[in-house]
Amino acid sequence: MTDARTPAIELIGIDKRFGAVHANKDVNLTIGRGSIHGIIGENGAGKSTLMSILFGFYSADKGEIRVKGETVKIRSSSDAIAHGIGMVHQHFMLVDTFTVLENVVLGAEGGSLIGPALAKARESLKHLAEEYEMDVDPDAIVGELPVGLQQRVEILKALFKGAETLILDEPTGVLTPDEADHLFRILGQLRDQGKTVILITHKLREIMAITDRVTVMRRGEVVANFETAKTNVGELAEAMVGRRVLLHVEKRPSQPGEVVLDVRHVTWKDRKGIARVDDVSFTVRKGEIVGIAGVSGNGQSELLDVISGITRPTSGEVFFEGKNIGMMGDPQYLRREGLAHVPEDRQHRGLITSFDAAESAILGWHFEESLGKGFRLDRDAVVQRCTREMADFDVRPGNPLLKSAKFSGGNQQKIILAREIERDPDLLIVGQPTRGVDIGAIEFIHKRLIALRDEGKAILLVSVELDEIRSLSDRIIVMFAGKVMGEREPGTNERELGLLMAGVTAKDAA
Amino acid sequence: MSAKGELPGWVDVGLIPLLNLFVALLISGVVVLIIGENPLEAMWIMLKGAVGSIKGWGYLLYYATNFIFTGLAVAVAFHAGLFNIGGEGQAYIAGLGATIAGLSLEFLPWPIVIPIAVLASALFGAFWGFVPGYLQARRGSHIVITTIMFNFIASSLMVYLINYWFRPVGNMAVESREISGAYIMSFREMARVFFDYRMPSTPLNPTFFFALFIAWAVWYLLWRTKLGYEIRAVGANTDAAVYAGIRPQRIIMITMAISGGIAGLLAVNEVLGAQHRLVLEYVQGAGFVGIAVALMGRSHPVGIVLAALLFGLLYQGGTELSFAKPEINRDMIVVIQGLVILFMGALEQTFRPWLSALFFKVED
Repeated sequence: MTDARTPAIELIGIDKRFGAVHANKDVNLTIGRGSIHGIIGENGAGKSTLMSILFGFYSADKGEIRVKGETVKIRSSSDAIAHGIGMVHQHFMLVDTFTVLENVVLGAEGGSLIGPALAKARESLKHLAEEYEMDVDPDAIVGELPVGLQQRVEILKALFKGAETLILDEPTGVLTPDEADHLFRILGQLRDQGKTVILITHKLREIMAITDRVTVMRRGEVVANFETAKTNVGELAEAMVGRRVLLHVEKRPSQPGEVVLDVRHVTWKDRKGIARVDDVSFTVRKGEIVGIAGVSGNGQSELLDVISGITRPTSGEVFFEGKNIGMMGDPQYLRREGLAHVPEDRQHRGLITSFDAAESAILGWHFEESLGKGFRLDRDAVVQRCTREMADFDVRPGNPLLKSAKFSGGNQQKIILAREIERDPDLLIVGQPTRGVDIGAIEFIHKRLIALRDEGKAILLVSVELDEIRSLSDRIIVMFAGKVMGEREPGTNERELGLLMAGVTAKDAA
Repeated sequence: MSAKGELPGWVDVGLIPLLNLFVALLISGVVVLIIGENPLEAMWIMLKGAVGSIKGWGYLLYYATNFIFTGLAVAVAFHAGLFNIGGEGQAYIAGLGATIAGLSLEFLPWPIVIPIAVLASALFGAFWGFVPGYLQARRGSHIVITTIMFNFIASSLMVYLINYWFRPVGNMAVESREISGAYIMSFREMARVFFDYRMPSTPLNPTFFFALFIAWAVWYLLWRTKLGYEIRAVGANTDAAVYAGIRPQRIIMITMAISGGIAGLLAVNEVLGAQHRLVLEYVQGAGFVGIAVALMGRSHPVGIVLAALLFGLLYQGGTELSFAKPEINRDMIVVIQGLVILFMGALEQTFRPWLSALFFKVED
C-alpha cells in the first residue's frame, strides 16, 4: 500500500508539556522519503523534544506518528528502531572501552553467544563501509578514535540496525570544519541510496549547504517550512529569531559614566582545548545596559562564569572597577566588592529548589554580617530579609517558608533578582532574565532593570531573546562560536542581528 | 492540595518508617516460626526485656547513645551529599585517642582529663573521616569505597596496636589496662557512691545526655550557621553552591572531619563510660547501624534520636530474647536486626510508590 510518494515520517498534532513548559505545541511535520530535512531553531525551540518523541524517549501528550503512512506507537527507542528510525545523539551513546564492532552490535546481540553476531556484523560493516565510504577499523577501540570517527560509528550502528530514517541532533557541534564536510558527503550518499535524514541544527549555513527542505521551529511551534533552494539565509534567520511583538520598554537615553567592567582579550578553553570564549573584549560603563546577543551555546554562559569569578579564564584580563579580577576565581569576594550575578540557569544555579524561599534568597550572600554575626546564621534575619524582598518585588505567594520549587518560574526569577538587586551592586550581570517567565513578570523585571540603570548602575545582559536585548540594551554585542561578531546600536534591524547571531557577517551575506 | 508525587509530611516521616518496621517484624516473625518458636511470644519477650525493667531501659539507652552518635555522623555527611560508610572505623580509631589521652594524663584530675579524652576521641575520629574526605575532594576517590577501606585499615591497625602497645604484659585478653584517669562513672556507680543506693547493673552513663546535646548541636550547625548552610547547599545542589562562591572541595573535607568526629564520640560512651579500657572490636557494628538510623531518622537529629531509641530497643530486647529462648540464639537476633536494617535502610523506598498511588487515589 505504500508507494514512493508516501512520506517517510509524519508527525501530526504532537503536543508535549513538561510541567509549566509547553515544549511542543500542536506540531505537524512531514518528512519526505529519500530527502535531507533540516529542523532549525534556537535552543529551547522544541526541536530536540520533538525528535525525542519520535525516537521514543518521551511520549507525546497528544498526537500521532506515522511511519510510511502507517500510524505507529513508539514507546521506546527499540520501538523506533523496529520502525527503521535511528538516531545519532549530540552526545554519543558509545561504550568507550569497546571496539567499533562491539559497539555496533550493542543492543542487537541476538542470542547468548556474542561470536556469531560479531561475525555477521563484521561482514555487514564491511558492506556498509564500502557502500557509504565510511571506513572505520572494526577492531579499533572507540575511545581512542577522533570524534569524527566516533560519530561515524554511531551512524553505522544505526544503519546496522536497519535504519531507514536517520535523525542527527546537532551533529557538527563537536566536529572540525573538515570533519563536518565529510559528514555532509556521507549524508548526501545516504540520501542518494534512498535513506531519509533529519538534521537538527541551529546553524544556518549547514541547512543551506545540505538540506532539501527545512522546517523552522520557535517556542515549541513550527513557524515555517521552506524548500531550501527557494529560501535564503536572511529569511531563515528572520523566521528563527522571529518578529515578535516588541515589548515596549519606556526608557530615556542612557548617560554612561566611567567604565566599571573592562574585559580584555578573554579566552576560555574547555577540557578538550576548544576555545568556548575566544579573545573577547568589551567594556560596560556606569548607567548603561550592554546586551550580549547570540544563540545559546555560543560562549555567553562561559563568559558570564569568567566575569562572575566562577571560572578562571585561560588567558586575558578582567578589570572590575580598576582591579584585575580575572584570575581570582572568588565569587564571594566579587559580591563584597559590588558585583551581583543573576545566573542563566535559575533552576540549577540561581536557587536551591529543595530549600525554602528564605534560604534561596540568601544564596551567595549568606556570608553577610547582617544575616548573623560570625559563624551564626540568624534565621529571623534571613526570613525578614526574604519577606521584605518578596513585598518589594511582588513575589507570589509571598511566603518565605515555602519551598523554592513551589514558586512559578516568574516568581523564582523575582526572588533571585530581588536578592541581587537589593544588595545595591555596582555591576549587575544578568543571564536570561525572562526565560520561561510570564508576560506580566517580564514587564516587571524589565522595568526594574531600567530603574537600576537609571540609578547609575552598570548592567551586563545576556539573553537569547533578541527582542529583550533590543528593547533593554544601550549597546549590543553579538557573540557567535565564542567570538564577538560585532557591536551594534539597539536600533539595528533584526535581520542584521540575526545574521550575525548565525555567524554570517555582512560580507558573507552579500 | 499538595503537588502530585509529593506525600504529606506525616506520611513521609511517620507512616512509611512504621510500615517498613512492621514488615520487617512480620518477616522476622516468619523466621521465628520456621525455627519452631512462637513469634508473638518472642516479640513479647523482646519488648519486656527492653522496656519492662529499669535494667532493660538502662541498656536500651546505653545502646541508643552509640547509635545517636553514629547516626548523626552519617546524617551530617549525608547533608553534604556524602555517604559515609566509615563510621565503624572512625569510632574504632577514636578509641585510640580516648585511650592515649586517658592513660597518659592519669596524673591530672578527672575534670581536666575527661574533656581532653573526649576531645581526643573526636579528633582521632575526625582525622579518620578527613582523610577519605580529602581523597574525595582532591583526588576524586569515591567516598563510599575509601571509607569502607578505612574500616578495614582501622580494624587491622587496632588489632596490632592493642596487642603490641596497649595490652599489659601477661594479660590474656586483647585489651588495654584500665583507664582510671578518664573514668566516666555509670549512673549505677554514681548512685552507689553518692547516695549509697543500689541500682540494677547497667552501663548507662552521662554520655547519653552528651549525645542528646550533640544531636542539638548538629541541628544548630546545619540550620543555624553559615557553615551548615554551605554544607546543605553543596549537598542539595553543587552547581548552585559553586555559583554562590562556596568551594565544594573544602566543604567535603570539613564535613567528613565533622562526621568522623561525631562518630568518634562513640568512644566516650564505650571506652570511657562503659568498658573503661580499649577492647578489641569494641564498636561491634554500631557504625553500620548508624546508617540505618540516619536513613530511618531522615537525617534529622530528632528523627535520629527516635530511630536510635528503636534500635536500642531491638538490641536490648534481642539480647534478652536469646537468654530466654536458647533456640533463638545470638545469630538469630542478628538476622532479625539485619531484617530491620534492610527494610528501614536499603528497602526504605519499597512502599513509597504503592503508598503514593493509594494516597492520591483517595485524594481524588
